Amino acid sequence: MKVTVTINRRPEIADPEGATVMRALHDLGYTEANEVRMDRVIHMEMDGEDVEMIKAEVEKMCRQVLANPVLEDFEIEVAG
Amino acid sequence: MRTAVVVFPGTNCEHDVVYAIDALGGETELVWHRENDLSDFDGVILPGGFAHGDYLRTGAIACFSPVMVEVGRLAQAGAPVLGICNGFQMLCEAGLLPGALIANRDLSFICRFVDLEVIDVDTVLTCAAAVGQRLRIPLNSYEGNWVNPTDTGRVALRYVDDPNGSQHRAAAVANSRGNVAGIMPHPERGIEEILGSADGQVLLESYLTSLVPA
Repeated sequence: MKVTVTINRRPEIADPEGATVMRALHDLGYTEANEVRMDRVIHMEMDGEDVEMIKAEVEKMCRQVLANPVLEDFEIEVAG
Repeated sequence: MRTAVVVFPGTNCEHDVVYAIDALGGETELVWHRENDLSDFDGVILPGGFAHGDYLRTGAIACFSPVMVEVGRLAQAGAPVLGICNGFQMLCEAGLLPGALIANRDLSFICRFVDLEVIDVDTVLTCAAAVGQRLRIPLNSYEGNWVNPTDTGRVALRYVDDPNGSQHRAAAVANSRGNVAGIMPHPERGIEEILGSADGQVLLESYLTSLVPA
């Protein structure tokens, strides 16, 4: 099953990279672009058929290593 | 009194640390990150570099290396555990220090001497220093911006200026017990006047005086 994990920094934590990209956009005239945040997306192919079990396993991975609980939240999508 | 200086794939400051600790009268041994027994050691230093290429997040992969179980055991036992630069990032990722390190506020890799002020001397990094003492040592990092939403732990050293956006201008932090400390600038690169400063000595001497037989 195809799994997509999106890891995003929590809104209250500074995102210097997002802020820099936003400044660059503004310099180019795209002043309507605000609150730019740089998320990280991880794709993987998981063995198994049971969507709920796969989600639970990937959630474990996120809590253990893929995301840093001090800074980040995550979203998991499983597509058959 | 023996110090394990841990080498991960991508570590690049281990020889500087060994040189500095040996020069100050300590005894070191380089230890590969796959090692799973540090019972012969009284303390451990995680040196700087780019362990595991800094992939995923700085220090994220390193904190699952086998040696980190032993680093955790030593920390729990009260032994001095010191992380420098990338080692500081690892200790945060491993949950042995509070907070996390993110990219510098201005997204610049900072490589210059910085002035630090000693804030808390009840840590293995600062116990030989005096509160308010000023130290000048090199900073060399891209992800040195310490954030700590829970506001726990203690700030041992803070930047006199604000080079990277670090919370409380923290340059070095310690756990509440004071035996685990992380520092973003490099004390081992400032131990002789010929290097531009010898101010790093007092920090490494603090570490050495904190060693007690295992």
